Amino acid sequence: MKEKTFVDDINRSVYDIKDTEKDAYRIRQGLTEEIVRKISEEKHDPAWMLEFRLKSLEIYNELQVPDWGPSIDGLNMDNIATYVRANTSMKGTWEEVPEDIKETFERLGIPKAERESLAGVGAQYDSELVYHNVRKEVEDQGVIYTDFESALVGEYADMVREHFMKLVPPTDHKFAALHGAVWSGGSFVYVPPGVKVSIPLQSYFRLNARGAGQFEHTLIIVDEGADLHFIEGCSAPKYNVANLHAGCMELYVRKGAKLRYSTIENWSKNMYNLNTKRAIVEEGGTMEWVSGSFGSHVSYLYPMTILNGAGSHTEFTGITFAGEGQTLDTGLKVVHNGPNTSSFVNTRSISKSGGCATTRSSIVVNPTAKGSKSSVSCESLMIDDISRSDTIPAMDIRTDDADIGHEASIGRISDEAVYYLMSRGLAETEAKALIVSGFADQVSKELPLEYAVEMNNLIRLEMVGSIG
Amino acid sequence: MADKKEILSVQGLKVGVDGKEILHGLDLVIREGETHVLMGPNGAGKSTLGNALMGNPKYEVTEGSAAFLGSDLLEMATNERAAAGLFLSFQNPIEVPGVTLSNFIRSAMEACGTKLSLWNFKKEAARQMEVLQMNPEYLDRDLNVGFSGGEKKKAEILQMLMLHPTLAILDETDSGLDVDAVKTVSTGVEEYQKNQNGALLIITHSTRILESLHVDYTHVLVGGRLVATGDASLIDRINADGFEQFTRAE
Repeated sequence: MKEKTFVDDINRSVYDIKDTEKDAYRIRQGLTEEIVRKISEEKHDPAWMLEFRLKSLEIYNELQVPDWGPSIDGLNMDNIATYVRANTSMKGTWEEVPEDIKETFERLGIPKAERESLAGVGAQYDSELVYHNVRKEVEDQGVIYTDFESALVGEYADMVREHFMKLVPPTDHKFAALHGAVWSGGSFVYVPPGVKVSIPLQSYFRLNARGAGQFEHTLIIVDEGADLHFIEGCSAPKYNVANLHAGCMELYVRKGAKLRYSTIENWSKNMYNLNTKRAIVEEGGTMEWVSGSFGSHVSYLYPMTILNGAGSHTEFTGITFAGEGQTLDTGLKVVHNGPNTSSFVNTRSISKSGGCATTRSSIVVNPTAKGSKSSVSCESLMIDDISRSDTIPAMDIRTDDADIGHEASIGRISDEAVYYLMSRGLAETEAKALIVSGFADQVSKELPLEYAVEMNNLIRLEMVGSIG
Repeated sequence: MADKKEILSVQGLKVGVDGKEILHGLDLVIREGETHVLMGPNGAGKSTLGNALMGNPKYEVTEGSAAFLGSDLLEMATNERAAAGLFLSFQNPIEVPGVTLSNFIRSAMEACGTKLSLWNFKKEAARQMEVLQMNPEYLDRDLNVGFSGGEKKKAEILQMLMLHPTLAILDETDSGLDVDAVKTVSTGVEEYQKNQNGALLIITHSTRILESLHVDYTHVLVGGRLVATGDASLIDRINADGFEQFTRAE
């Protein structure tokens, strides 16, 4: 019972190794027109992009910070460097990536995963991609997977411009506007009609710089009848100053296409994670979200699916684990526009050591969405008496022939279950860890294997410190 | 018989729940490989004894002592008692979603000091499940989730057979089972008695499970006190005349 481990120091060790900052370029901290112009210049933006950035900055300055969620008072944009570029350009092989940066990604298992189970990998370090590669057979299928900067000026420039921040316009909220002003990095994916990509693509985002922000933009278009699994991972070492992540993902799922988007977010606990993810699905298409939120100091994260086409479908499977000093406000939003659309939502949240996990769900069924179905299930588990869990469901149903279900439960680990497992020899911490992983299991089995293993390890290690 | 090693020695044990005393001073000695039966009417305190020995936090030992293989059982945490070789088969084992039976048993075996490769574990589990007429598919199911009453009891006995405890306490393992299931379960218990030379404390208020098992001692618990101790023939007396004879004697 005396085992009180400072878990942060153990379980994050692999993420916490900081590289010495040898930036070729680090923009002055703060957010001004001059800074935005400078970023645009550094990035060699096309002219329309500079205009877009400046317009976004105006919107940013007009919008207020959200007043309905966790406090972000600790985040001061005057202290954030919005653009930090390492001393390298993007490479196509790991050998060419500078040794220290390569080592970081080696520690995170990225090159190994690429060799074993991925069709392509993008690796972003601070503000820019340092590595991008896609398997030849996938390239031969006509799949485009590239860094966003190349996409902006290359063969697909028109397609990119046509879709960039259309699904998430800068007017959406203050941090979408911020993203529009200072975005950098991210990936562009295009899967041509009918192409099934049998193994996943993965982008990994690493923020090494202290007091910096990461604002990657991911645009994925899965054309008619095509199929893709995209994995996103993120981590950062811990600093005692605030870091900011305000990425933006825009996902287009065309007629009959299918996209699965898996995320494991493991930011350090000084991170403000104000991320925006949105998908729009056409007739008969399917959008699947798998989301694991473990890191960050404060998160606002609500992936959204717009079911536009008839018979389109979305599933959301999410797990959130809020430990000491964390306020993770996560959830999802679904808008049913087309008839006979369906959504299936299954979330688990765990809070311990004073952590706070809030699950928000919003289901909107518009009058056009006749015969639609939605099922939402949110379960929460509190490990101790000082932690907090909230479930905030919202449903706006505007047709009378929709089939809607919602269930939520908030519970604690039962003493009886702990006693039962202990009676077979498991120590109290192990018993609790087993119960918690069991609680998370329905979600973790949806994760890619290596992430499921990582998640179980995280839970186990987080639980070691929970008995006091 | 007296030469056999003493496994459990309970003296003057008083146990309460929520401040109310249930056991009023109980003495019991169990030696290596012995099978003891504890009988008594509902509410006599039979399950209280099992839970107190296993260390259920809801049960408070207020007086007396319990030594297990020479160690002070009452000072040990529940998992330490299990690792030392004590086992309790639960009357209503709890459901644990997301934890498979096989994962649970393997974790338990490891915690108790036995590490088997997955292959050897599966082989051993399959062997014991055959004794219990359990479908091996149960290994991949979540612990007790959606198990019928009989399947839960069989899963408990399977855990006992896999963990090889020195002393197993079976708490109403036969209750709520049909005739065939009782037979199967008692075949499993027999396997433990004979092939693992395990000692047993069988808590029951019926006698069906005892029909095919060898019994060394029978104890009768009424109103929180042991009112009679004898050999297997005591079971026949209870079958013939019930517990009332002991109540009256008191």
